[in-house]
Amino acid sequence: MAAALGRLAASAVTPLVPGDYLDLVAPLRAGAPLRGRVVDLVRETSDATTVVIRPGRDWAGHVPGQYVRLGVDVEGVRRWRAYSLTSHVGRTDGLIAVTVKALPGGVVSGHVATRLRRGELLHLDQATGDFTLGAHRGRTLFVTAGSGITPVMGMLRAHLAELDDVVVVHSAPRAQDVVFGTQLRAWADDGHLRLVERHTVTQGLLGVDELTDLVPDWRERQTWACGPTAMLDDVEAHWSAAGVAERMHTERFRATVTEVGDGGTVTFSRSGSVVEADGATTLLDAGEEAGVLMPSGCRMGICFGCVIGLREGTVRDLRSGETTTAVPEDGIRIQTCVSAAAGACELDV
Amino acid sequence: MVTSTRLSTVTTERTLTPKRSGKPDPTAHLDAAQVEALGRELDALRAEVFDSRCAADAAYIRRVITVQRSLELGSRAILLFSLFPPAWFVGTAGLSVAKILENMEIGHNVMHGQWDWMRDPKIHSTVYEWDHASPSAMWKRSHNELHHTFTNVLGRDNDLGYGIMRVDEDQRWYPSYVMQPVWNFLNACFFEYAIAAYDLELGKKVRDGALQDPEFRADGRAVLNKIRRQMTKDYVVHPLLSGPSFLHTLGANAVANLVRNVWTHSVIMCGHFPEGVETFAKESIEGETRGEWYLRQMMGSANIRGSKAMHVMTGNLSHQIEHHLFPDMPSNRYAQIAPQIQDICARYGISYTTGTLPQQVASAWRQVIKLSLPNDTSMAQTASLLARGAATGLRRRVVSALGRPRPTVAVAPAAPVARPLPIAA
Repeated sequence: MAAALGRLAASAVTPLVPGDYLDLVAPLRAGAPLRGRVVDLVRETSDATTVVIRPGRDWAGHVPGQYVRLGVDVEGVRRWRAYSLTSHVGRTDGLIAVTVKALPGGVVSGHVATRLRRGELLHLDQATGDFTLGAHRGRTLFVTAGSGITPVMGMLRAHLAELDDVVVVHSAPRAQDVVFGTQLRAWADDGHLRLVERHTVTQGLLGVDELTDLVPDWRERQTWACGPTAMLDDVEAHWSAAGVAERMHTERFRATVTEVGDGGTVTFSRSGSVVEADGATTLLDAGEEAGVLMPSGCRMGICFGCVIGLREGTVRDLRSGETTTAVPEDGIRIQTCVSAAAGACELDV
Repeated sequence: MVTSTRLSTVTTERTLTPKRSGKPDPTAHLDAAQVEALGRELDALRAEVFDSRCAADAAYIRRVITVQRSLELGSRAILLFSLFPPAWFVGTAGLSVAKILENMEIGHNVMHGQWDWMRDPKIHSTVYEWDHASPSAMWKRSHNELHHTFTNVLGRDNDLGYGIMRVDEDQRWYPSYVMQPVWNFLNACFFEYAIAAYDLELGKKVRDGALQDPEFRADGRAVLNKIRRQMTKDYVVHPLLSGPSFLHTLGANAVANLVRNVWTHSVIMCGHFPEGVETFAKESIEGETRGEWYLRQMMGSANIRGSKAMHVMTGNLSHQIEHHLFPDMPSNRYAQIAPQIQDICARYGISYTTGTLPQQVASAWRQVIKLSLPNDTSMAQTASLLARGAATGLRRRVVSALGRPRPTVAVAPAAPVARPLPIAA
């Protein structure tokens, strides 16, 4: 019966689908692509904002420490970024939250800090990530810096009461820059955890030797670390050298270190061809040279007959010089007839 | 490797090719340096607009989509009671407007990739399917690729008369064209099906006896499936949902489709058929640079002057010249660049053909009617054609005049009569 009604609805609205109309009134309904509505924006520090979101009905929940990919329309362009969930798991109101620290020149984080408004729709993926406590409830050390506190905050809000001995060593430029500083200090004052704040403007960066001095029993603790790459490299090396690498859990936010260059290795993932292309050769030409069956049309950038997915890497529009960078989940598509490799890239053809 | 010369603005020499009628290349008044400067100016203008695309543009297309869907849904809801005359009129009017908006300002423009930059998977050229008999993949091939690349090139752009009419003096005349005002009227009434047949290259396939060609059969199945779904929606499902208003809703949907067909046909006729629009010899685009391509787009297109509402209802194809220069520019920006394009045209001595909707429709129809009869050029052609082809050729033309329309005019038919003829200027 339901299926018959569905078919009837589909035949009444073809070539659209019923969901295209339902989206007008119920974008968060079950069965819709996962979205969320911004219900509140809380300024945490001068550059960190917590975005409280009502997720769509199909939101499957999350484990503290996990992150969610958010698709935010910035100046009309949908951009996807991963943010750690900082909300308490199982809030009775069903809301979730991420905390976004504005990075210098950050397209999305800057937008969240200044332009995002209550009521706007965001696009979501289900929560994912294995930077979680698992079954662990024993002695714990958290080593964080800057926005690295965000996944840890998710864990603390959910499990602080069950963890018997918690040390948080957190670095931030100044006291007022500590995201969730008030909450962390309140927990410390109440004896729920030991908080070591490191204010790097006055005290300098925290060396790994200092860290181990501050927490003498670090070898015995399960440790979760999140922060800049250099910090994570240091602690991982140190824990490895001490033979306790399995007690160190790290979370590396997507490094945006795509090498943007002039030309590069082009991989055609479905056909399996790999070619070197210079910065003046269109990806269409490069593919055809390699015998890849490339879709094509006008060969001058106007017909959009050559548009295919850019799975990963960076390409440059030969007309404007503008570069486009993609990661596999972004679903970015490009015109191969006017794009050249700007570093290694992989095309979905 | 076939890197297109149209990717480059560098223009070092110009090769001018007169048309078959002896008329000069319409772009002859500009030298290579001027064409290159023109290309660079237009590239810069394009970059300026593309760099400034922003949230307001995205909000525009989303608003149009919301309005269109609300209007369509509302009109169809009203038509459930189409037994009552006021409901019939309001519903039919609303549905007609909704269908026009969907085809023009949404479908045509989304399929051009004007909104791909938003990275919204629902408003993207690769996935959008429009409310039309022709599947979007086929439309994109014949329209985006062939028509927009080879605009108004005789023998390359079949949009010049769609293969059933003669709309330029430089096209050959065949006796079946005497009937072309009738063909054009029928084309207007059944425009979406005519487009589907055209996108399938049905006429060419029939002529070449290629109806069994597997690719054609696959395309044909896709078209028939699309038409079946479209017809089921408008002529079965919604009438059935209307219960006692079955016939009234069926009629309303037929009228809405007819209104949409006639309107879109009229707008599209205004794009390239009116007097003042130039055509180009097939050989003239050899090694064409970006500047030369721009030049051809401006001279080969015509605008419509009018209100903001008219522009939206034409999908901003009223800014045909701007659209042909930058087919992937968001349509809401054409009005903004129009004064700059007019200025460029004035400075480079390029015609900028425009007029009100009634003027342009009348002008296009005048062309269709006037060119249904042979002119001096085509008289000579015809005389020669008749002389050479003798009885066989004549019989074929008569058959085609009485039967189906000629499938193509611009491509020389394989028959021996079609050898290029020396024409006196």
